[in-house]
Amino acid sequence: MSVTTIQAPPVGARRKPGELGDKIFQAMCMGAGGFVLILLGAIIVTLFLGGLPAFERFGAEFIWGTVWDPVEGQEEFGAGVSILGTLTSSVLAIIFAVPVAFGIAFFLTELSPQWLKRPLGTAIELLAAVPSIIYGMWGLFIVVPFVQMNIQFAFGDQLAAIPLIGFLFESTNFAGTSLFSASIVLAIMILPFIAATMRDVFDQVPPVYKESAYGLGATRWEVMTGVVIPYTRISVVGGIMLGLGRALGETMAVTFVIGNANRIATSLFDSTTTIASVIAMEFPESLSGSLQQSALFAIGFLLFVISFFVLALSRYLLRPRLK
Amino acid sequence: MSTTTLPVMPPRDVAQQRRLGQRRKLVDRLVMYFCVAATIVGLFFLASIMATLLWRGLVALDWIVLTREFEPTRYGDDSLPKGGLSHAIVGSLIQTAIATAIGTPIGLLVGTYLSEYAGKSNFGYAVRFISDILLSAPSVLIGLFIYQLVVLPQGGFSGFAGALALAIIVIPVVVRTTEDMLQLIPNTLREAVVALGAPKWKMITLVAWRAALSGIMTGILLAFARIMGETAPLLLTSFGNNVLSTDLSRAMASLPVAIYQHANSGFPDLIEIAWSGALLVTLGVLLINIIARVALRKRA
Repeated sequence: MSVTTIQAPPVGARRKPGELGDKIFQAMCMGAGGFVLILLGAIIVTLFLGGLPAFERFGAEFIWGTVWDPVEGQEEFGAGVSILGTLTSSVLAIIFAVPVAFGIAFFLTELSPQWLKRPLGTAIELLAAVPSIIYGMWGLFIVVPFVQMNIQFAFGDQLAAIPLIGFLFESTNFAGTSLFSASIVLAIMILPFIAATMRDVFDQVPPVYKESAYGLGATRWEVMTGVVIPYTRISVVGGIMLGLGRALGETMAVTFVIGNANRIATSLFDSTTTIASVIAMEFPESLSGSLQQSALFAIGFLLFVISFFVLALSRYLLRPRLK
Repeated sequence: MSTTTLPVMPPRDVAQQRRLGQRRKLVDRLVMYFCVAATIVGLFFLASIMATLLWRGLVALDWIVLTREFEPTRYGDDSLPKGGLSHAIVGSLIQTAIATAIGTPIGLLVGTYLSEYAGKSNFGYAVRFISDILLSAPSVLIGLFIYQLVVLPQGGFSGFAGALALAIIVIPVVVRTTEDMLQLIPNTLREAVVALGAPKWKMITLVAWRAALSGIMTGILLAFARIMGETAPLLLTSFGNNVLSTDLSRAMASLPVAIYQHANSGFPDLIEIAWSGALLVTLGVLLINIIARVALRKRA
């Protein structure tokens, strides 16, 4: 009889299969992650370097200076008007959008019949997918004439006669392209983002909490204010901050409807400008290497810093929801 | 022995209680009306945008718009040739395709890193945080970045620069969906593969990616839809072109930029073309979104 001996492979002589592949793959994944970090760093550094000549020339006054004069020989640049325009249009947009977004989120989580939830949610998400240039065109050809004819012409004089706040409605600009139109369009654009975030966080309230409140006889509104809002307060603010971050950097929609005038808006119906729309309007026509281009990089840098802080804050506040 | 004294309940004022109840119900009902109204307002805007696009876009949408290049306005002289958007459609397709091709692998790897390797490491947190910031960062600034990095050294606007700017926008979208989809895969599946002796990279590429395939594809589709409508970064990188060009080293037209230029021209016939372009872009974007969502829903 013959005995077949199976030779055992020598222990330790063979490398673990795939060890090299594992190392390479992990390095690739980590490298890609590092690339994202470098990308953001590179964007900040590039914007800052591009804006350096303007910062050096005008110093800190660049931030609050209100003159924006690209005419050669007498160039003078200050970001004051566009920073103010960016902040006011975005904050107004938030003021318009938040109540409506809250209503939609409340409807979707508490009131809507089950069969309606999905189509409604999809419709709101589609509103978020519409490209910003479409909002811009729609704003220019629909919202602007509406604001001009049905609000400014119709009620402008009566509104301006209101004591104390009348000046907010008093304007010599009757073009319709105004801070007000821009905030309306921005509000519609950020509405779906805020509504979707609010719906998601409202959905995360444990049903037991809500049911106990209902069991005590609370109305739906009392459950909302007494249970859901306290439970989700921080995330709701995070969602609003996310909308604010989007509004600050919005370019095309605003460019169409804000009027693009380097003037501080003292009234809702005045035209003004924002950082993003100044860049979109002037950059393609500026000479490379000119002081104007540097000033545009400089305001781009300022916009990046502002939106970075807003978005970082939003992410921090939404963190409990994310993980 | 101690006696506990119970607080004496005041006698119930039935009328007052009823008034309170009525007020609570009234407030509740008013808020309900407000919420229904808010939802209708939201839907109204979507309907208004779609109706405007269909009403004004369909009028001008014909074969000429799809097949001819840009022609100057023929305002006041109908004998001039009618222009179209073929140069912009081709340019848009080229740039979005290249951008997706560049951005997807990077985004896929980053998402895989975050889901499979990062764990609770600080580096992982940093990458996730920065990727989320990029997701909402102003896109016009990405245009500025690529301008300084690519357009200036190259000495001119180029389709390639446009594609790069769009690729940067693709990355965070793909990262987010890839990570989310990989997280949905049950750990037992991973363990089963590793227990069979497969190395981790094979587990990820052959099993995890495949299990999450439809979700990852959805992310790529959404990213594609997102950059289809991006205008601001392209204005600063590929700038736009009035003739059909497939040369990546020169300025290249794109649909959103062409819409912007037509809409701001002030000529009624060019604005009509802008509306038909807007209709095309929106239908494309919404269609891809709906397809992606339906595909995702089947999975979940």
